[in-house]
Amino acid sequence: MPVVLEHLGKRFGAGAPVLDDVNATIGQGEFVALLGASGCGKSTLLNIMAGLEAPTSGALEVPSDGAAFMFQDAALFPWLTARENIELALKLRGVGKADRRVRAGELLDLVHLGGAGDKRPHELSGGMRQRVSLARSLAQDRQLLLMDEPFAALDAITRDLLHDELERIWKETGRTIVFVTHNVREAVRLGQRVLLLSSRPGRVVREWHVSEEHRTDAGLAGQLTGEITTRLREEIRRHAK
Amino acid sequence: MPSNQLPVAEAPAETRKVHAALTRSSTGKEDLRELEAGLDSLQSDSIRKVRIDWSRILLPVAALAVLIILWQLYVSLGFKRRDVVPGPLDVIGQVGILWGEGKLQEAVWTSLQRGVVGFLISVVIATPVGLVLAQVAPLRRAFGPLISGLQVLPSVAWVPAAILWFGITDATVYFVVFMGAIPSIINGLISGVDQIPPQYRSVGKVLGASRLQLALQIILPAALPGYLGGLKQGWAFSWRSLMAAEIIAVGGTIGFGLGSMLDQGRVLSDMTIVMSAILLILAVGILIELLVFAPVEKRLLRRRGLLAGSTR
Repeated sequence: MPVVLEHLGKRFGAGAPVLDDVNATIGQGEFVALLGASGCGKSTLLNIMAGLEAPTSGALEVPSDGAAFMFQDAALFPWLTARENIELALKLRGVGKADRRVRAGELLDLVHLGGAGDKRPHELSGGMRQRVSLARSLAQDRQLLLMDEPFAALDAITRDLLHDELERIWKETGRTIVFVTHNVREAVRLGQRVLLLSSRPGRVVREWHVSEEHRTDAGLAGQLTGEITTRLREEIRRHAK
Repeated sequence: MPSNQLPVAEAPAETRKVHAALTRSSTGKEDLRELEAGLDSLQSDSIRKVRIDWSRILLPVAALAVLIILWQLYVSLGFKRRDVVPGPLDVIGQVGILWGEGKLQEAVWTSLQRGVVGFLISVVIATPVGLVLAQVAPLRRAFGPLISGLQVLPSVAWVPAAILWFGITDATVYFVVFMGAIPSIINGLISGVDQIPPQYRSVGKVLGASRLQLALQIILPAALPGYLGGLKQGWAFSWRSLMAAEIIAVGGTIGFGLGSMLDQGRVLSDMTIVMSAILLILAVGILIELLVFAPVEKRLLRRRGLLAGSTR
C-alpha cells in the first residue's frame, strides 16, 4: 500500500480543525478521485501527502521517496522553454545532462507535444501548458502522483481531451494517482474510486467504486454522478444553518 | 435547410439523463493525438513577423531636432549675452576643439572606465548580499530599512567623508560610486524576489531543490526582471555619483574625467565647455541605456511574454 492515512488531523493555529480523523488507504497503481466542496481541506490533505505541510495529529504512510505534484495552474517557469522546464525537474533529481535531453524528449512525446519543446510557456495554450506540467511531474519519476484540480481552469473541450489523455498515461505508466477535484463528473470520469470529503472539518464520509462499464456507458455514469451529487449536496446543506 | 426538423423531436425513448463527455470521448490513441494536435493549433497564436518599426527611430530623432531648433531660435533672438547662453553651434564648435585637443576623448574614457568598473564591482558585492537579505527573514528585517535609507541618501553626501579618509585619489571616487550603486541594486533584487509568485517556491520544493538550488535556479531567474530594474538604477546612481565626485574632488592623483571638465569650464567661466560637458554626460548615459540595458531588457521581457501591449 503506497498511501495509508490513519486518524489524520490538521488545524492551523488555534482555529477549528480543517481535517479531522481522515482514514484512507490507496493501493499501488490505483486512481483515486478526492471529491469535496470548496473549503473542505482537499488541497491541505494533498499538501500533507506531498510533505509540503505537516499533520497536527494522526499518522500517514507515503512512499519514502516522496510524491510528484501537479498544481492547478501549470506553474511552469516562464524563463525556460517547455523542454527546459522538464529538464529542470530531471536535473534536480540528479539525472545526467545527456540523459536529461533524451528523457525530456520522450516525456514530451508521451504528452503529444514532441514539436513544441522549444516554445516558451506564454506561447502555449492552457491545455498545452497543463500537458507540459504533467510531463514535468512524470519526470520526477515517483510512484505516487498527486494532482490538485489540474484541469479546473481549462475550457470544456480541452478538459474532455485531457481526461482521455490522463487515463491513457495512467495506464501506460502504472502510477498511483490521487486526483483532487470539486467536479463530480470529473471524479466519476477518472477515478476507480471516488472518496467524498465532508466540509469543516474534512473527513472521508463515503466512497464509491467506479467500474470499467461506467467509462463506456454514459447512462450508467450519469446515474452514479447523480447519486454522488445528491450526497455531496446533503453535505453542503448541513452548513446552511 | 428546413427548420422543422428539430433535434428534440428525435430524442430517444430512453429517459435516463445523459451528460456530454462523461465517458471516453476519443476512439483511440491515434485519434487522441490528432484531436490534440488540432486543438493545439487552434489555440496557439500564429507567429507574427518582427519588422523594423521606423517610428521608434524617427520620433526620438525628430524630437531632438525640434529641441535644438528651438534652442537656436532662442539664442538668435538675443535676449542674453552669447557668452552666458551659447547656441548649439557654439557648443558644437567647442566640442570640436576639445576633440582636437584630445581632452574630450580622455575625459569620456576616464569617466566611462571608472563608472563601468565601479558599477561592476557594485554588482558583484550587491548580488549575493541582496539574495541573502531576500531569503533570510531576520536579516531582512534587521537591515532592510537601512538599505532603503541609504538609497534615499544622496551619495554626494559621502564625498567630504571620502576625501578625509582617502584623500584626493581614485579610492574616493570609487567609494562614492559604491555608496550610490550598491543599495539600489540590493533593493531592486529584493523587490524582484518579493514579486515572485509563491507557487514557484512550492514547485521548487516539490521537485526536490535544495536551499542553494532554490536560490540559484529558481529564485534568481524568477527575480530577473526586478533585478534588471535594480541594475539600471544602480548604473544611473553610479554615473551620477561619479560625476558629483569628479566635480568636487579635482586634482591629486585623480585623472581628468567629464566631471573635471565641467569644473574646469566653471573655473574658466567658459559656458561652452560647461554645456559641452553636460551634454556629453547626458549622451553617455543615453548611449549606455540604448546599447546595453534596453536590448537586454527587451529580450528578457519578450522571452517571458511580458511585452505584449506595452508602449515601448
